[in-house]
Amino acid sequence: MYQYIMRRLLLTIPVVIGVSLLVFSLIRLLPGDPARALAGVTATPEYIEQVRERYGLNDPVYVQYGNFMRGLVTGDLGVSTFSRRPVTTEIGERFPRTLTLASLSLLIATVVGVSAGIVSATRRNSIFDNASMFVALVGVAAPVFWMALMLQLLFAVQLRWLPATGMGGISHLVLPSITLGMASAALMARITRSSMLDVLKQDFITTARSKGLAERVVIYKHALKNALIPVVTVLGLQFGILLGGAVLTETVFAWPGVGRLLVDSILRRDYPVVQGTVMLLAFLFVIINLVVDVIYAFLDPRIHYQGQDN
Amino acid sequence: MSNPEVVPEDLEVDSAATEEHSEFRAVIRHLLRNRGAVIGLAIIGLFLVAAVFAPVLATHSATDNNLTNRLQPISGENWLGTDELGRDLYSRMLYGGRISLGIGLISVVIGIGIGVPVGSVSGYYGGKLDIITQRFIDIMIAFPGILLAIVIVTVLGVGVENVMIATGVASVPIYARLVRGSVLAAKEQSYVAAARAAGIGDFSIIFRHILPNCLAPIIVQSTFQIATSILWAAGLGFLGLGAQAPTPEWGAILSNGRDYIRTAHHLTTYPGLAILFMVLGFNLVGDGLRDALDPKTR
Repeated sequence: MYQYIMRRLLLTIPVVIGVSLLVFSLIRLLPGDPARALAGVTATPEYIEQVRERYGLNDPVYVQYGNFMRGLVTGDLGVSTFSRRPVTTEIGERFPRTLTLASLSLLIATVVGVSAGIVSATRRNSIFDNASMFVALVGVAAPVFWMALMLQLLFAVQLRWLPATGMGGISHLVLPSITLGMASAALMARITRSSMLDVLKQDFITTARSKGLAERVVIYKHALKNALIPVVTVLGLQFGILLGGAVLTETVFAWPGVGRLLVDSILRRDYPVVQGTVMLLAFLFVIINLVVDVIYAFLDPRIHYQGQDN
Repeated sequence: MSNPEVVPEDLEVDSAATEEHSEFRAVIRHLLRNRGAVIGLAIIGLFLVAAVFAPVLATHSATDNNLTNRLQPISGENWLGTDELGRDLYSRMLYGGRISLGIGLISVVIGIGIGVPVGSVSGYYGGKLDIITQRFIDIMIAFPGILLAIVIVTVLGVGVENVMIATGVASVPIYARLVRGSVLAAKEQSYVAAARAAGIGDFSIIFRHILPNCLAPIIVQSTFQIATSILWAAGLGFLGLGAQAPTPEWGAILSNGRDYIRTAHHLTTYPGLAILFMVLGFNLVGDGLRDALDPKTR
């Protein structure tokens, strides 16, 4: 087990370096002169040259990459060409909001998705099963930004129960987190259901039932524990996807998180912020995947035998 | 071949050609017995007809403004109302279907075109080449969901063609992983050893012998990938990073309609429904194909 985790950790290092290289080079491919952007439209050529010198933009590319990596480690990601504030400050201010939104969405998705999946599996082909699987199909297919607008139209414009956009109390979080969590809930319901159905077919469930155990005990103590293994994997991956999906949800709900910051920065050509945000989201996703794999290894004892073999 | 109704056991000793033929028929038969898949096929068929015959079916121009007729509700003249420039929403959406279907199909062609060769070469040769390819794919997979497409489109610039490239490239790692796994399993089979013993070249073994046997997962994945690409493209259009005005792309129409949601919500409702149904159609067919191509569930 320890070996497996170490191996998995070591495999993460080249990925993290690769991601930083990829993002670094992609940003350098973008049109426009970063020094000019930083100096402002009215800047004199001398001033632009000064800026170029100050931010090390005259250095060879590998030196720039070295500086960039050092910045990543020390938390200095440059200055926003739009607000002129440090990128770390910009992201640091907004990231907790995205994290709140994504966590709440994941919570909703897990509670709704897993319980709907369990009930669907145990009452296969019932009205509930058919209805929830239909809703799940639609939930996966509906564009998240459209769902956001429709919920806004219904609950904010028509019924006036909830605020349409912005940030404030808990009421501001309700619509964004439901919207963002909807597709994940749908996916989790489908996976829980099929995984539960697989487990319920297995011999140890028949044994448990033939021992005369109550159906409730069979389902929740014996079946669920095994059925949740694939769900945990999806749960972790969904958290990363929710962080990415926040780009759309935050735009609709004017939720000032990193997703909206990313889109705004792309449209403003504020590349230092784009670079920092993309890097942050990718790193987080890598770390989440790592954690998921480790949890998976704990849950499924078959995994670490494979690890030891290698 | 486990479906006795379609292929009786005693007929299975037929020539390879007939067997392939009946395998195909079995898959189609199974697919057509799946209610969801049939609904999905019907939805896709409807969108295809609408896209192909858009010039015939459209009642108005998709791009001509008519400022005296702005933001009109549904009427006999404008079947789905008009937008902020007085353009007919129904006609615009017909042409928008062409764009969405085009993006879905072309991005899958790009994804397969790069992902399948990369995945199969990586799986077939193994070794250092495989390790390097896999780490590169790990890096691409490190971008969650739509983010990789956003990053690519940021570099390439906005526009429908770049959205196709972005969504296509974003799907490359998925295909590469999938095909690598299939090839790894297939290369241990005796027919590969036989082909090698017969002196057939690696290229021929991969593309003429192994890949045709790995088609099922690629077909299933592609069906789902069309749906995902359509959603991603609409998302990019919505964010202003995709198709640009006056292109009648559904996500972009929806994005423009946002400003009028209180007075003319048809501008957001219908393009969204169109995206939903198109994605639903491909997902339903994907589910059906997965069952039909899996001998265990047949």
